[in-house]
Amino acid sequence: MSTIVDARGLSCPQPVLMTMDEIKKVSKGEIEVLVDTDTSKENVSRAAESKGWQVKDVQGKGEGYAITIYKD
Amino acid sequence: MGQLKNFFASRWGIIGVGAFIGVLAPLLQKWGNPGNMGICVACFERDIAGAVGLHRAAVVQYMRPEIIGFVLGSLIAAYLFKEFRARAGSAPIVRFILGAFAMIGALVFLGCPWRALLRLAGGDGNALFGLAGLIFGIWIGTLFLKSGYNLGRSEKTHTSVGWLLPLTMLGFLVLMLIFPQINGEAKSGILFYSLKGPGAMHAPLIVSLVVGLAVGFFAQRSRFCTMGAFRDLILFRQAHLFWGLLALAVVAFLTNLIVGQFHPGFVKQPVAHTMETWNFLGMVLAGLAFALAGGCPGRQLFLAGEGDGDAAVFVLGMIVGAGFAHNFALASSPKGVGPHGIAATIIGLLVCLFIGFTMRKR
Repeated sequence: MSTIVDARGLSCPQPVLMTMDEIKKVSKGEIEVLVDTDTSKENVSRAAESKGWQVKDVQGKGEGYAITIYKD
Repeated sequence: MGQLKNFFASRWGIIGVGAFIGVLAPLLQKWGNPGNMGICVACFERDIAGAVGLHRAAVVQYMRPEIIGFVLGSLIAAYLFKEFRARAGSAPIVRFILGAFAMIGALVFLGCPWRALLRLAGGDGNALFGLAGLIFGIWIGTLFLKSGYNLGRSEKTHTSVGWLLPLTMLGFLVLMLIFPQINGEAKSGILFYSLKGPGAMHAPLIVSLVVGLAVGFFAQRSRFCTMGAFRDLILFRQAHLFWGLLALAVVAFLTNLIVGQFHPGFVKQPVAHTMETWNFLGMVLAGLAFALAGGCPGRQLFLAGEGDGDAAVFVLGMIVGAGFAHNFALASSPKGVGPHGIAATIIGLLVCLFIGFTMRKR
């Protein structure tokens, strides 16, 4: 069961801040992050990887992306 | 194109873009732009404000093609890579005010973050105080970000909304072609030009425009941002953008050495003053305003080029802010701060703190 972080419409650095907060909260498992720009997609992926999480999937969703990150 | 896309998001991608700017900015100076001002987003927007008569400081009036190129280059890149997304509605009035005070702060120091780096790379020691101020201002901004500050969500909107600033820039370019500079004349049609001072120093139009387009294109791809470089380092201990900034500074220094533009010292530096406190505090104000608005002045131009209507409002805020800065004698000159520069810096800091404290959500 993955939690969802909806960062659509928010500009730098909010999507990364929200993802980091969620990572701190759940510490492992799966998180789905919704963003609406390519910049946010790159930033969230980069930030998750720097915390030892893996980017499992990036799907185009509506006007943006759904990024699934996970950690065992 | 997919691979190219990934390349610019990589460490070497951002280093390459920083180095690219680091070579071209000193060369623009060699080709005619003012000292340690090969590229300065704040100064050039101020010159544009002068060219259209929003202020009448005779020495800083020129429709800088670099700025036009930044926006249009970013627009081209965004369309080519299918990243153009018209969006707007995230507290535009706040962005306007932040833009205006960012400009006022930058003109107390005499330069945007890009020029702070270029001044240092040209040997101007006063830039150290400006850079320290910039970092301190951004640090204050990160405290607000940590405590829940944000300007709310933008919404997808009509494509034409995203086109308005690029079209404005295109209009400026057309004006420049209809009313070109006439030797020895301070006015051509409706446009103002400088006969002396920094506004009279510029590379040939076509050179400035092509460099601007190229920088805009690559900066859009790489998300190059000088404010973000320090912010991400402080907030996330993440150095990605910082590598780009470092590359710009180091390569600009080397280029200056090669072309004989490195002159170390504090006094008599081009378009600079030696009042440490105000070099520092001017940039504290600018750095805090950039951090609260989510991007350095260059980045705001690139965002505006890819359809961000809120970034476009920040840009207009900066141009109008330049009008206030010179009409109210807030801007510094090589002699030191303007008569009301100190008061404006303090008011600007208070306004930024008001915005930071009252726009938090948790």
